[in-house]
Amino acid sequence: MSSPTLPPSESFKFSMLLSDTRYRGMSLQVITFIIFMAVFFWLVDNTIKNLALLDKDVSFNFLWLRAGYDINQRLIPYTSDSTHGMAALVGILNTLLVAFVGCIIATVLGLFVGILRLSKNWIVAKLMSAYIEGFRNVPVLLWIVMVFALLTEFTPAPRAFKGAEPEATMLFFESIAITNRGTYFPAPVLAEGAYWLLLCFGLSIVASIYFIRYANKQKIDTGKSLPTFWISVAVIILPTLILFFAMGQPVSLEYPYLKGFNFKDGIHLRNSFLALTLALAFYTSAFIAEIVRAGIMAVSKGQSEAAASLGLRPNKIMSLIILPQALRIIVPPLISNYLNLTKNSSLAIAVGYMDVRGTLGGITLNQTGRELESMLLLMGFYLAVSLLISSFINYFNRSFQIVVR
Amino acid sequence: MKKLFLGVLTALALAAGGTFAGTLDDVKARGNLLCGVSTGAPGFATVDDSGKDVGFDVDYCRALAAAIFGDPMAVKFVGLTSAVRFTALAAGEVDILARNTTWTYSRDTDLKQTFLGVNYYDGQGFMVKKELGVKSTTELDGATVCIQVGTTTELNLADYFKENGMSYEPVPTADNAESQQQYLAGACDTYTTDASALHGTRVNLENPDDHLVLPEIISKEPLGPLVRHGDDNWADIGRWVLNALVIAEEKGITKGNIDSWKDTKDAEIHRLLGTGDDDILAMVGLPKNAMYNAIKAGGNYGEIFENNLGATSGINIERGVNASWTKGGILYSPPFR
Repeated sequence: MSSPTLPPSESFKFSMLLSDTRYRGMSLQVITFIIFMAVFFWLVDNTIKNLALLDKDVSFNFLWLRAGYDINQRLIPYTSDSTHGMAALVGILNTLLVAFVGCIIATVLGLFVGILRLSKNWIVAKLMSAYIEGFRNVPVLLWIVMVFALLTEFTPAPRAFKGAEPEATMLFFESIAITNRGTYFPAPVLAEGAYWLLLCFGLSIVASIYFIRYANKQKIDTGKSLPTFWISVAVIILPTLILFFAMGQPVSLEYPYLKGFNFKDGIHLRNSFLALTLALAFYTSAFIAEIVRAGIMAVSKGQSEAAASLGLRPNKIMSLIILPQALRIIVPPLISNYLNLTKNSSLAIAVGYMDVRGTLGGITLNQTGRELESMLLLMGFYLAVSLLISSFINYFNRSFQIVVR
Repeated sequence: MKKLFLGVLTALALAAGGTFAGTLDDVKARGNLLCGVSTGAPGFATVDDSGKDVGFDVDYCRALAAAIFGDPMAVKFVGLTSAVRFTALAAGEVDILARNTTWTYSRDTDLKQTFLGVNYYDGQGFMVKKELGVKSTTELDGATVCIQVGTTTELNLADYFKENGMSYEPVPTADNAESQQQYLAGACDTYTTDASALHGTRVNLENPDDHLVLPEIISKEPLGPLVRHGDDNWADIGRWVLNALVIAEEKGITKGNIDSWKDTKDAEIHRLLGTGDDDILAMVGLPKNAMYNAIKAGGNYGEIFENNLGATSGINIERGVNASWTKGGILYSPPFR
């Protein structure tokens, strides 16, 4: 009997780090890491040295200095006496506003166009193809400039609304003014008691969510489906409406009116905002439409045939069978389109929209000369926003998939 | 996009290393001067019908190129918007910036630039359409104002309206051309920038008489060429080419009569034109006849002014404070000695 002999244990030799598969993977990683760090530190060191050579330092103190310039669209109080940091914040909010509104419009439009592109109606399908190809294959910057040009060149100036026989009139009972400087809407004015209305409205929304859950449970348990849509709309609107009249109409509208050079009061959507948001939304919606179409087509044809053989109507098949399965495919590429839209919003300067690129990365950078610091902050901001959006949607996606399976 | 690109470029240029001392040697080795000018400011830097760069700032760079190479055409013009100009200069994209740039304290110190002097004393004005019926800037309360981003005018505008208790809505634009287009489309009521640029823009509009440059000047805008910190010799060269053009006008030396001064008794003229014995231009590394070439390129300061901004150009800006001190202006060069 001979006991199995182990291979003679070799003593560790330095060359084994590369020749021995047990160590090779690890040592290659270490080498790569060292090279990476060396290059990184070389770049940082060189930057600091060369900045010193130019007599410049790296400092973020400029964020606390007086900005001195005005910004036309601001969601928070800001004057030229505010700091550069505040100006950056105004810009950040403007960026987020465009990104938020743009993503919503793009999603709704994209879903709509994507589904209609699969329509059996030849004209509808071809029209949607034209829409998609048109927006997808032209650089978004051109669309932004194009929409802006349309909005400024073909709309009347505020002065055209003046006089006994004005060249232009306001729409919808003198409430909306479309001018070459933007569109003015009536703004709601909250009087005393208006907060009760808001509270009521909020509660109604919560109630309708519970109702939808109840209806879904009912459908799964008994197979009866309630007219969910109409009932939830009624639940949301009716109580608030009744309260509104019961409390003597505490919310009134403030109409825009022409005074001096421009319209005063009301909500002013500037053409720069409209052009940027619409162009980005149109452009991105074309991509989303293609994703939606791909998602729908990826659901096996047998699914819809099976549903049809059970007697479901086409719109029920779409909403109950196909879309829930397609969504799992649609959501991940959707994220990257949201990210693209957010990042593309940095093209704002083309139409003079004051986003964070325009304030921090534009005027502040210029007035203070802090290129490196401004660019670093800007990159940090876009990175943070992108990571936030994708982690949020990934979370949503994960919970969504478990429910479906 | 270009701004972003340049910002990144600066970071890379800084990261990749490279010093900026010895600009004159770099320029000589390259064989031409890189001069940053406006992307289109009538009178200061534009391209004429034959595709040639012309303008007040352009002629200064030609004089500088002539001083270095003896050839006024040995210069490459780089069009820069107001927003990217300092970044481009700091990154070494251009050797000198002659882009109707206002000399201010913070640009001189915090932006680490060296201004070489003032070649045009300007001030910020407003242009309006006559049909508006506005006669004074005090009537502009509530107006929408087109303004180029990254300029001193932007800060003056905010201060001026605040001081006078008026409100306004800024419409930021990237350059003169965009401002002009927005202004003509009526997206803004008034366009504000340096008065010289307004005059230059106005004469090039379809119907100049429909537009009015308001009489008020709301700020001091001393415009001048500048270089980056760190190369004093290069700054001296730029400064003294500018001074030479001013002295030439003072002395009556023109492009046409420059060769007829050989027998003059004025020692300063001999030093300036390099016709005397001492070669003081060797101190900065220029040939003895550098200033002769500079003046020969486009004439003296007065000639350059007349050709680009004055009556000859059609823009018809008066000399005003930009006249030589001998003629009631404030243009005054230190002695060439």
